[in-house]
Amino acid sequence: MVEELLKLQNIYKNFGNVKVLKDVNIKINKGEVVALIGDNGAGKSTLIKVITGVHSPNSGKVFFKEKEVQIKSVAQSRKMGIEAVYQERALCDQQELYRNIFAGREITNSFGFLDIKKQRKEAEKILRDYIGFTSKAITVDSQVMGLSGGEKQGVAFGRSLYFNSDLIVLDEPTMGLSIQETEKVLNFVKGLKNENKSAIFIDHNIIHVYGAADRFIILDRGEVVGEFNKEDISREELVQKMIQLHESGKIKVED
Amino acid sequence: MNNLLNSYFVKTHKLEISITIIAVVLFLIYFLGAPHVFTRFPIYRAFMQSMPFFGIIAISATFVVTLGEIDLSFPSIVGITSLIFGIIMTSTDGNFFIAFILATSLGMFAGLVNGLLVTKIGIPSIVATIGTLFFWRGLVNVISQGSGIAIVDVADGTWHHMIFVEKLFGKIPMQFIWFIVLTGLMQWVYRYHKFGNHIHFVGDNKASAQMMGINVDNVKIIAFVQLGFFSALAGIFTMYEMLYFWPTQGEGLMLTTLAAVFVGGTSVFGGKGTIFGTFIGVLIIGSLESGIVALGLSGFYVKFINGLMITVAVTVYALIQRRKN
Ligand SMILES: Nc1ncnc2c1ncn2[C@@H]1O[C@H](COP(=O)(O)OP(=O)(O)OP(=O)(O)O)[C@@H](O)[C@H]1O
Ligand SMILES: [Mg+2]
Repeated sequence: MVEELLKLQNIYKNFGNVKVLKDVNIKINKGEVVALIGDNGAGKSTLIKVITGVHSPNSGKVFFKEKEVQIKSVAQSRKMGIEAVYQERALCDQQELYRNIFAGREITNSFGFLDIKKQRKEAEKILRDYIGFTSKAITVDSQVMGLSGGEKQGVAFGRSLYFNSDLIVLDEPTMGLSIQETEKVLNFVKGLKNENKSAIFIDHNIIHVYGAADRFIILDRGEVVGEFNKEDISREELVQKMIQLHESGKIKVED
Repeated sequence: MNNLLNSYFVKTHKLEISITIIAVVLFLIYFLGAPHVFTRFPIYRAFMQSMPFFGIIAISATFVVTLGEIDLSFPSIVGITSLIFGIIMTSTDGNFFIAFILATSLGMFAGLVNGLLVTKIGIPSIVATIGTLFFWRGLVNVISQGSGIAIVDVADGTWHHMIFVEKLFGKIPMQFIWFIVLTGLMQWVYRYHKFGNHIHFVGDNKASAQMMGINVDNVKIIAFVQLGFFSALAGIFTMYEMLYFWPTQGEGLMLTTLAAVFVGGTSVFGGKGTIFGTFIGVLIIGSLESGIVALGLSGFYVKFINGLMITVAVTVYALIQRRKN
């Protein structure tokens, strides 16, 4: 049976006069990986930030587990069970890794003082088990500043795995990663289904997208212009559609 | 030795160690240059008496500076809260509790106004707090009509006077004890409380902090509010010491307070700082005037050397920072 996890209805988002999202309707089911694809500036990151509470929409409705919700903050979306790896990585350069991993949801006593020991121990575990850092130079006390792009990416990804969630949002998670690391990320995404978890996956590489996702939503200048199930479209056809869209600004949808 | 230099503690406390060395060298110069003054207790008592008035604010302002923000209005918050404290003390025949609560509440309100202007209206803090600097001082002038208030009759000899400014064992000014206790407490909050943690993240990278689930606006607002509270507290300490309110109260605090924070090593770019460093900064800046005079230089050098210290310190820290990036 298909169970709905997240539904966006008539979402609009403007930044000043710029209409970035226009009447977006999408649905994510439990155990489903949905890819968001589209050109630079199409509004993909903005859309996922509406879902994670970074931005609030100008209008429209959001349903989570079939209940209408107003996601007002990241803290709230996390509590609901949404995790994210942002395109910007969302790390603070001058702070230690163990603080970055727990920022915004620190392990504290009832007076709000940090349990540094526990944070460091858990961070250690994340570095070792989820990220598989081999470099001895990186410890939980390292500042983010000294990390390579791929390492930063690894930290953001490991962090999102550690906090168990129903929906994981991945905005270009393979950018800057080596082939092996990319493979790991893609395998992780594919593995989510077995746990009945869902993901929104953004990647400019159609090969990655096609391999990992069950459904593809094409965004163009803030509008959903096409939606395909994997059964209904081959990889070549999907590439064809994207090229077509890029050249003519339109997509032919034949049902 | 090599081991010691490479130890984790040294690596993570470079700023604190540098600033401490500077302070030690400075006090050595005082000591060697003016032994007749610096081998005797009175100069230290004078330091302990005067430093806490701006020291308390400097410790508190370290939070705002770590955010990458600035508050220039605190001298006037000291003024308006001291005025209110004086008015209430004299009109209630020395009701300390009411005076204390109203004065500190007003301080927090003034901080709240700063915080809202910066976060909700979006005015850069340097501009917003210049506005409120004038506003609160103007209000002091309007209400006081330029005259002072004596609180000798209602404050002198009371238990509150005792716990605020009298001498422990006849030697150590109480305000210095408070200053030490508050410094320790604030250091703890700064490094180990959720709020202090959020201060660092917001100051480091606002957008990232928000994506990590930190309520950026609230963190900033609370930072300004606590500075308002501690400005009021510093004003109350001064009132007890002087037993008098005068309409320019607080005006001299701007330079020394911010100098202590910056000399202490808190980054002007935000995201990094040290309460301990500010504390040492207070010892340095707070001792310069007497130190320079004791060394036989004319008082005209005070501002000059003060300015030199600040400029050199922030340049050095900025260079350290740049090398790291
Ligand atoms: N905070 C913001 N303020 C103003 N404009 C913004 C903001 N964030 C995004 N935009 C604009 O919204 C549009 C969509 O941006 P978005 O980042 O969502 O695109 P994207 O599809 O993720 O692109 P990319 O593939 O390059 O990451 C762009 O024109 C961008 O300039
Ligand atoms: Mg994007």
